[in-house]
Amino acid sequence: MSFFDVIIQTLDSTIRLSVPLLLACLAGLYSERSGIFDIGLEGKMLAAAFAGAAAASVFHSAWIGLGMAILVSVSLALVHGFASITHRGNQIVSGLAINFVAAGSTIILGQAWFQQGGRTPALAPNERFEAIKLPGADALRDVPIFGPIYSELISGHSLLVYVAFLAVPFTWWVLFRTRFGLRLRAVGENPAAVDTAGISVAWLRYRAVICTGILTAIAGAYLSMVQSGGFVKDMTAGKGYIALAALIFAKWRPVNAMFACLLFGFLDALAIRLQGAPLPIIGKVPVQLMQALPYILTVILLAGFIGKAIPPRAGGVPYVKER
Amino acid sequence: MSTPYAKLPAWADYGLIPLINLAVAFIVAGLVVLLVGENPFRAAVILVEGAFGRGQGIAYTLFYATNFIFTGLAVAVAMHAGLFNIGGEGQAYVAGLGVGLVCLALDRVVPWYVTFPFAIAGAAVFGAAWAFVPAYLQARRGSHIVITTIMFNMIAASLMIYVLRDILKPEAMQEVKTRMLEAGAQLPRLNWIIELFGTAKIRSAPFNVSFLLALVMAYLVWLLIWRTKLGYEIRTFGFSQKAARYAGISEVRVTIIAMLISGALAGMMSINAIMGDQHSVYVDLAGGAGFIGIAVALMGRAHPVGIILASILFGMLYQGGAELSFEMPAISRDMIVIIQGLVILFAGALEHMFRPYIQTLFASISPKSVGLAAVKGEGA
Amino acid sequence: MAEAAIELIGINKSFGAVRANRDINLEIARGTIHGIVGENGAGKSTLMSILYGFYQADSGEIRVNGKPAAIKSSNDAIATGIGMVHQHFMLVDNFTVLENIILGAESDALLKSSIAKARSELERLEREYGLEVEPDAIIEELPVGLQQRVEILKALYRGAEILILDEPTGVLTPAEADHLFRILRQLKDQGKTIVLITHKLREIMAITDSVSVMRQGTMVATRETKQTTVEELAELMVGRRVLLRVEKGEAKAGEVKLSVKNLVVKDQRGVTMVDDVSFDVRAGEIVGIAGVAGNGQSELLEAISGIRKAVSGSVTLDGRPIDLTGAADPGELRQRGLAHVPEDRHHVGLVLAFEENENSILGYHNDKRYLKGPLLDVDAIMADAKDKIEKYDIRPANPRLRTANFSGGNQQKIVLAREIEQDPGVLIVGQPTRGVDVGAIEFIHKRLIAMRDQGKAVLLVSVELDEIRSLSDRILVMFAGRVVGERGPEASEGELGLLMAGVEQKEAAE
Repeated sequence: MSFFDVIIQTLDSTIRLSVPLLLACLAGLYSERSGIFDIGLEGKMLAAAFAGAAAASVFHSAWIGLGMAILVSVSLALVHGFASITHRGNQIVSGLAINFVAAGSTIILGQAWFQQGGRTPALAPNERFEAIKLPGADALRDVPIFGPIYSELISGHSLLVYVAFLAVPFTWWVLFRTRFGLRLRAVGENPAAVDTAGISVAWLRYRAVICTGILTAIAGAYLSMVQSGGFVKDMTAGKGYIALAALIFAKWRPVNAMFACLLFGFLDALAIRLQGAPLPIIGKVPVQLMQALPYILTVILLAGFIGKAIPPRAGGVPYVKER
Repeated sequence: MSTPYAKLPAWADYGLIPLINLAVAFIVAGLVVLLVGENPFRAAVILVEGAFGRGQGIAYTLFYATNFIFTGLAVAVAMHAGLFNIGGEGQAYVAGLGVGLVCLALDRVVPWYVTFPFAIAGAAVFGAAWAFVPAYLQARRGSHIVITTIMFNMIAASLMIYVLRDILKPEAMQEVKTRMLEAGAQLPRLNWIIELFGTAKIRSAPFNVSFLLALVMAYLVWLLIWRTKLGYEIRTFGFSQKAARYAGISEVRVTIIAMLISGALAGMMSINAIMGDQHSVYVDLAGGAGFIGIAVALMGRAHPVGIILASILFGMLYQGGAELSFEMPAISRDMIVIIQGLVILFAGALEHMFRPYIQTLFASISPKSVGLAAVKGEGA
Repeated sequence: MAEAAIELIGINKSFGAVRANRDINLEIARGTIHGIVGENGAGKSTLMSILYGFYQADSGEIRVNGKPAAIKSSNDAIATGIGMVHQHFMLVDNFTVLENIILGAESDALLKSSIAKARSELERLEREYGLEVEPDAIIEELPVGLQQRVEILKALYRGAEILILDEPTGVLTPAEADHLFRILRQLKDQGKTIVLITHKLREIMAITDSVSVMRQGTMVATRETKQTTVEELAELMVGRRVLLRVEKGEAKAGEVKLSVKNLVVKDQRGVTMVDDVSFDVRAGEIVGIAGVAGNGQSELLEAISGIRKAVSGSVTLDGRPIDLTGAADPGELRQRGLAHVPEDRHHVGLVLAFEENENSILGYHNDKRYLKGPLLDVDAIMADAKDKIEKYDIRPANPRLRTANFSGGNQQKIVLAREIEQDPGVLIVGQPTRGVDVGAIEFIHKRLIAMRDQGKAVLLVSVELDEIRSLSDRILVMFAGRVVGERGPEASEGELGLLMAGVEQKEAAE
């Protein structure tokens, strides 16, 4: 295999591996921009992955699967909202609780309904979001350089991959070009300003966590209905936390989020590709170091050694009308 | 984490409300059991019988409880300082390395009671070290301790796999773990204590001396928090940073020390797993106990007695859950994870959901008990 | 008199047991500037928050332009034509001026057209009222005066006909304040009605047409500004309270215990709160610092007690310097004999969740008397707490009771007992009787006099002018971070009131 092919393949798997991170990261962005911290991305993604695969295999439709994933994920997001917006509970505790409820119930329900050790039945092609061939992908395959880039890197992904990458400019547009985005950003910075402007802080924040629910649902659906042909227990494997790290790394901005997720996805792809094989110049790098790198980078960023990640000012603080 | 100060009698605050929250958590869990087509009441009976019905069950229940006492105490100490240590899992895992190194060095040379104190020190030092960086970053650089401890959990997982696979694993072995530890690093079992109460012979349960260590630590934590100057400072800081500043208590010092103690306590959980049960250092040895510590500490109201009770409850769920999965194949031990999540949700995030109703109830029964008289005529 | 723009009829509002507004009646004529004065806590802000829909009145009626108005939210207020400029600006700091202006009043779901519309509207408003601001500037990069202007523009953009300003000059320099007044006059000329909440009498005299005085939640008087004087308003504001004169003998002032020279303190925003303040406190005297709240007294106390770092200046305690700009910490100062009864006993002086006995050692928990090695000597602490409970008649006499369950007066006694019984050389006291019942007030005052008579140096800060006058041997008045005058205890209320309102300072400057 030529060096060029290796690069193309590594980049291709970078894209595949970044997609769930990117969707979850953008999901977190909506919530955290509105001032609600969410460490429950992991759980929502997992629950959605399960609900999606389960519904898809029962109803033989990828779309019904996706719909169910959204339903479940949004419900969990609303539980988080109920605890942290309505009851002004601790947002960290609430997010954590959701992660556990999701981790446990996906296995229990999976086992009870399908009896395959927590897996859902393998999905048939029509129950998954299949790869889409972009026009001309085959014809251009043999064109040097551009051909492989177009036909392998850009074409041939699932619909959800394109959704993920389109969600980046869309989120940017929502956040910075719409009334909803303006209010969303405002409520995460100074909810009192929003309140005195006559806008309901609670309703705004609820809408934000619903957006979070929808995007985590797509992330979960991608895992179980695209990346693998069904749900496997604990299949998110910390991706929700990496997405959280990416969100901080991106300083809560959508385009940065895409690059952060691509970086973290690339590290993952590289780790898989190398499997401990030595790198030129650096020598042998432990796979585990590559896996831990997103977290290490985030800690260093948080410590303020490379730039400063300033979270939305009202983040994590329940809004109480002050006397 | 400051809670609005009590307007309810203490027994309602520390007894009734946690019980209501717990009951709601179990009711919701019961609904999940219904959802998988089983009878929640029968499940509860099997669960309790599995945990306490036979000596073997009791021994396992207490073995699991040992883990949760350590991690619960860890979360509680940080909580008293107003810090949320979500990193007990990573701290316990890395502490396993400290315990492992001590054991690997001593197990062929000295008896267990010589190894034991060194292992405790190893666990404490490694656990504390893993908590130090997040603590330092919070105190000095203002990074959010919740996020850094989450990151450190993930880093711990990668680090430990690397160390176990690439350094400590004997060449010849398939499984990723250290060599088996020998007698000098195996803690004596305590099953005989349960047998004293007339149960049948317990064959294999790993209930061991670290349970006693956990009880000692619970006592020491009580002593630390309520009877030492340091504990006084920790609590002052946890309740009110302004009051702490006024009293000349250093924010940096309290944050770091509380987290070091927290990390050390979480770390000791690994002694139970390594020296008491598996006799090797293995992948994912913390097994979620660090997170259960959060549920345990929330439920036990960050008090050692409450934590011991909550730990036994969770130990019971673990052990009874194992039995349950034999009787009801639809319900695996992962049921506990759901219950744990629900307990965290209702005893933690929704802690105050029922409080207004209970306050109204109390106020209608006896206005005096709600402390209305005390706030009268006072500016807010 | 012109038709009323606002009528408030029988407004009542309580927060728990505190009656913030009692049966308030008020009528404000259209096209006028109406001032509402009163001390802190008199209920002015609450009243205006009710008018702006931020709170709901418990009872009473609001009429706007003669029609009953149901104002249940800020939205209703805005729809009724009421705009408010809050004391703490309600702006999103990292947004631009335009973004802040359209927030909540966007004309369209997309920002582009909303912003375009706002930009042209803003230009019109700027022309009309002379309110220039750079529309694309980021709020946090603007000086406070301009930020306030954005708040005014926000209200005008929403079509406000009635504009409420809550302590608008508190954060402004004199030049900025003068500019604000020009703007307000212009708005009035355009037919807007303006309600100005302030405690600064000079401003009232300078700009309002009529003025109402609030005291302890009630509306005590309304006057035409032309027909009143600063003296009358000061008296109405402070009220002729029952003088709680404490029996006390002649002060026998001894050597200087605490000496403050050229102290400068800034708050977290970097605003200078204590500006070049110097004074001495001698053994055997009480020095009182009078002033309207927010004129730097709090920061002064915090700096002297080591809680807040000072920017510059020198302070000596018993002739030896304390490093207030650097390493001084409250614990060290306590050891050197400086005790502090803080203004905020709920969050600073006490930990409300603690048992009484635990609070009785707060700050002195390093003292050997309370320790057995690293352990707290519980018996000694308990005995000590019981002793103080008896001496200070703290009720209920239960050292195991949670501090939150004591009344305000008894809580204050817990703090006072702790600080006085350490037998400090210097005692600094902030608002010793705020939220304290009458019986406890007398007790606390006697204790402070007793301290003085034992030859201690006492520095007293209070917004209660009465308290200052009845306790102090010398009175310093603070205004805008400076000590603007020193008077003896015989100084009249009116004279001190004028100093507190910054009147003399202004005259001296001109």
